[in-house]
Amino acid sequence: MLRSPLFWLLVPTLLLGATAPWWLGAYYLGIFTTAYYFGVFSMSWDLLFGYAGEVNFGPTFLIGLGAYGAGLLNNAGWPIPLCLAGGSIIAVIGGVALALPALRLRGPYFGLITLVAVLLLIDCIVIFAGVTGGEIGMMVPDVLSISATVNYWYAFGFLVVCGTILFILSRSSLGLILQATGQDRIEAAALGFNVTKHKLAAFCISALFSGLAGGMLVFYQGTASVDTVVDLSITVQIIIAVVFGGRRTILGGVLGSIFLILFDELLRPLGQLNTFVVSGIALLVVLLLPDGVLGYVLRPRASR
Amino acid sequence: MLALQILIDGFAISALYGLGAIGFTLMFGVCGVLNLAHGGIMVIAGIIGWWAAANYGAGPYGGAAIGVLAGLVAAYVTYFAIIRPVQRSRAIPKEEEEIFVLTATLLWGIMLQVGLDYLFSNNPVTMRSMIPGVISLAGVRTPRNEILIAVVCWVVIGLLTLLVNRTRLGKQLLAASINPRALTLLGFELSRIYMVVWTIYGLLAGLAGVLLASFIGVSSANAGALTASAFTIVILGGLGSVPGSLIAAYVVGYAETITAYLIAPTLRPIPALLILVVVLYLRPQGLLGRR
Repeated sequence: MLRSPLFWLLVPTLLLGATAPWWLGAYYLGIFTTAYYFGVFSMSWDLLFGYAGEVNFGPTFLIGLGAYGAGLLNNAGWPIPLCLAGGSIIAVIGGVALALPALRLRGPYFGLITLVAVLLLIDCIVIFAGVTGGEIGMMVPDVLSISATVNYWYAFGFLVVCGTILFILSRSSLGLILQATGQDRIEAAALGFNVTKHKLAAFCISALFSGLAGGMLVFYQGTASVDTVVDLSITVQIIIAVVFGGRRTILGGVLGSIFLILFDELLRPLGQLNTFVVSGIALLVVLLLPDGVLGYVLRPRASR
Repeated sequence: MLALQILIDGFAISALYGLGAIGFTLMFGVCGVLNLAHGGIMVIAGIIGWWAAANYGAGPYGGAAIGVLAGLVAAYVTYFAIIRPVQRSRAIPKEEEEIFVLTATLLWGIMLQVGLDYLFSNNPVTMRSMIPGVISLAGVRTPRNEILIAVVCWVVIGLLTLLVNRTRLGKQLLAASINPRALTLLGFELSRIYMVVWTIYGLLAGLAGVLLASFIGVSSANAGALTASAFTIVILGGLGSVPGSLIAAYVVGYAETITAYLIAPTLRPIPALLILVVVLYLRPQGLLGRR
């Protein structure tokens, strides 16, 4: 464990993260809070993309279900923890709905179905504007906290817990079997693994964490809107974060999310061009370091 | 009366959808590339064409020509700067190439969209009609331009069909889509064939973008939706099948037009999405796709 480069990267990063409220201003704490929730989105997406090999363009379908589910329950008068649980359950149901076509369709076909799921969700939100607030968004009566520091702690704790669980899962037999099915489904089935069961499990786990993080984000921001939790640009950000940080590493997604959101803020003086620059950097990483930043650092020295 | 109106409008918009999608499907069929920057390339052609026509007095035809050229240049840049490095990279395993092409073109598409947004703002622009005036077709007042667009689309689609089925070059393209390895063994340069496909693709996407700009207008904000609609049509028709894409373009075009006229314009995209979901569940390879 002491020899692993990951350990030596992780300890100082966690220390920096845990002590951040003492040396960072409230403005940057807010940025990191958002980035941490995005980190959870990215990690759960990586479980499907990196491990199960599913081209899922619809992470925001799951996030949106969790976020809007939690928001609607909160508007119905439920307390926050119950809303989060309810939102996650709705997201898991959505995950099962996405997993059904994934068992039949491959590659781009499945990718399109997930894209359609997002578009339909956006249309539903706009059509039922009376309940969901439509394009303007839906306010929620309760928020986690109004203090930037407390919000930061919630997000940081949530990220660490989710990261630990997802990382352990990815290194367990589940992660290995998912990788095997992602790379060669027939051979994995021939080796006696139940492909259907494991795929379904991956979708449920991914949906659970996406939905939960979506709900947390809503109660952090105090509002749920298409732009912040369902829009395709969120999907794009998640994909960029995972590929930048390193797919099939789980933790790379967190690194990518922090890079993406931090740089988007730092480059704000560039105006509209900041997205251009961030996408350009991510594109260079994709072309030059296909394993992502973390993947490059963690690769065994001999094969570099 | 309304039925005729739907028939005419649906025909024109569907022809345009078909033109936009066949380049995309040809690209996948021959090169195996799903280009998610497709909408961005169409928008570049439309906006540059409008810009040349409006600011430099190129006129509607000159503007259209410059726009198509811009689409071609954008397609070449996509090929040389994005697709080729991915295909030639040693660090990317062959079985993951598809995922990398999707991610890289997605990023490139965003860069195009944001770049255009920065240079030309995201206001929708409409090119001046190539033929002004309105004609009455059995009592339905139809802009002459709309008819011209439908005709141009079908002429180009017809020419492409002739090229693919009747010429030596087209037979090479077909062979490359069926078995590229065998084609190289027969002594054909695969990279030359890819260049031909990218040229055809650039011209088709550019023309579709220019016609779209002159029909309903384009804006940099449309880029994502245009990619999604081409993707939908191509998957619905069956990846790599040109006739399938045309049928799918008409299914989607008419489903949208009927919804917009008879139910509500806001629900316009929904029926096409539902049709897509049903078709993919029942027939995952699409209408005319091979498995």
